Amino acid sequence: MSLSPANVHSMIDKALGLGVVASRRAYRARALRFHYHPQSRGAVNWVLDGLTFDVDAGEILGIVGPNGSGKTSLLKLLAKVLRPHAGDIALFGRDLSTMPQVEVARTVAFVPQESPQVFSFTVMEMVMMGRYPHYHGMKWTAGFGWESAEDVSIAEQAMQSTDLTHLAGRSVMDLSGGERQRCMIARALAQAPKVLLLDEPTAFLDIQHQIEICAIVRRLKEERGLTVVLVSHDLNLASQYCDRILMLKAGALFCLGTPHEVIGVDILRAVYGCDVLIDRHPESGVPRVTMPSYISTKNVRDHL
Amino acid sequence: MAPLVVMSVALLLICLQFGTQWIGLSQIMDIVGQVLREGTVESDHIGTTGVILIQVRLPRVLLGFLVGACLASVGVVLQALLRNPLADPYVLGVSSGAALGVALAILLGVGATVVTFSVLPLCGFAGGLLSLVVVYRMAVSYGRLPIHALLLAGVILNAIFSAMIMFVTSIMEPNRSVGTMTWLMGTLTAPSYPALAVLACYLLGGLFLLLNQARRLNVLTLGEESARSLGIDTEHVKRVVYVLSALITGAVVSVSGMIGFVGMVIPHAVRFLLGADHRLLLPASACIGGMYLVIADTLARTLLTPTEIPVGIVTALAGGPFFIYLLVWRKDRLA
Repeated sequence: MSLSPANVHSMIDKALGLGVVASRRAYRARALRFHYHPQSRGAVNWVLDGLTFDVDAGEILGIVGPNGSGKTSLLKLLAKVLRPHAGDIALFGRDLSTMPQVEVARTVAFVPQESPQVFSFTVMEMVMMGRYPHYHGMKWTAGFGWESAEDVSIAEQAMQSTDLTHLAGRSVMDLSGGERQRCMIARALAQAPKVLLLDEPTAFLDIQHQIEICAIVRRLKEERGLTVVLVSHDLNLASQYCDRILMLKAGALFCLGTPHEVIGVDILRAVYGCDVLIDRHPESGVPRVTMPSYISTKNVRDHL
Repeated sequence: MAPLVVMSVALLLICLQFGTQWIGLSQIMDIVGQVLREGTVESDHIGTTGVILIQVRLPRVLLGFLVGACLASVGVVLQALLRNPLADPYVLGVSSGAALGVALAILLGVGATVVTFSVLPLCGFAGGLLSLVVVYRMAVSYGRLPIHALLLAGVILNAIFSAMIMFVTSIMEPNRSVGTMTWLMGTLTAPSYPALAVLACYLLGGLFLLLNQARRLNVLTLGEESARSLGIDTEHVKRVVYVLSALITGAVVSVSGMIGFVGMVIPHAVRFLLGADHRLLLPASACIGGMYLVIADTLARTLLTPTEIPVGIVTALAGGPFFIYLLVWRKDRLA
């Protein structure tokens, strides 16, 4: 690097930590509003209404909330799979709405809740699809270009991170639920993203596979500095594995904070309308949610 | 791919031998050599056998290969786009939509007035595109395409279009309606070489453009939201592929009528043999689909010599039971 004045300035900025201010924040969301179907007669059913929050780079943020509170919609807004009707999202300081979809895909990887498989791609082929946004080919052959050796090695690395190497040649239709979920995460990793968005990554998985997926996510955060945003119904999982938790209620942000701040009897009663017991996790000391042994129907009805 | 191309050429040569009159391989070579040397296909140069081979059998076999390749390819891309292994231009009513367009054009005499460039493929395209849009709109619910809704939409559309086609044929002049009925059942007739060349350019161009979407089709099988999150402009790809499918189906139907189930049987077999990657699946299906239809047409030509069976009947008799097999025994594999 030559020592032109501009370069010197940027080096000083970097040394002082000025240049990295923008990149320390993965997402900056302001006043997001979103609804699905345009409704006649003015009555719009807002799925998300006025959300403002930041996601720090390198953190695991859990989005929790009751059914229909807009968790998945919010995740899809962050992936630019859906677009907000109002408000704006900045991804590492860049306006998401003006970024081409391919560029978003080079930074953000999205794993949907279920990925129904109709065709028998092999695990390797499935993971390789994650390299699509990185393909630079000529316009007229872009459709049937093959992956480079670099693509293959990145895909193999992604499979190694998710313990899939021994299944590389297997058809995705023959995988178990846990293996399939790992395969989808590997595909997301092959995108070489900075942000990983997971929708219910442990739904329908038994406890062994739940632990497995959580361990992988945790390791990716530590090894690659990935920012992870995950949606979950499982408050205990969120409490144990997330750095911060965003609680949604009816499309609005109810509270955002560390598990200690968010997982409390009063907040859960206000959001879910029922009483739960909360104690400490025996190892980590994070809040742990337990259903009461005697569930009074009157108790539930009072809150509804 | 190379073995498939070699196999295709070999199969074309074998099928050229069969017919009302047996023409041996050595005789075929002699005639082809003679034509190439003398540059003429007149009967006083190459004899009656030569005329049968060069002006009747060869163009028909080539047309059959082209039609089979197109139907199989359209089947592959429709299955990928609709994420449904039972999709097929015939089953979904795209063929009957195209056939209705063509039948209307014949009724109104449009085909006869424009001599140099036939507008029949364009009418077929319009009908095919219409039915694709209608089937998609009918079947889609909350962004998903349930298999039963898709099949049902195809069945309904097929019923309506068939009724309209029958109405159109019933009010035609008798001699025209007989020809239209034979065409509708799916028949390959030997085209003239200029017509074959125009058709080949048009269809091969379409197939190339479809192949150019192969990688995006792979990603689209993950579902639209996943595909969008991987950086694909899903609406654009869908539009391109639907329009190309309708264009190709329209042209194919206008020359060969309704030949069913090729687009469903072939992709299944090829996926089983070579895997699901569209960059290989698409060209391989085209080759094997072409071979399949050439064999079917050879059977149609020879089984009841000297009369012929419409080739559409042969493919339906072979493909229908396969469809039932998939629907009954392989339910678990259908989404």
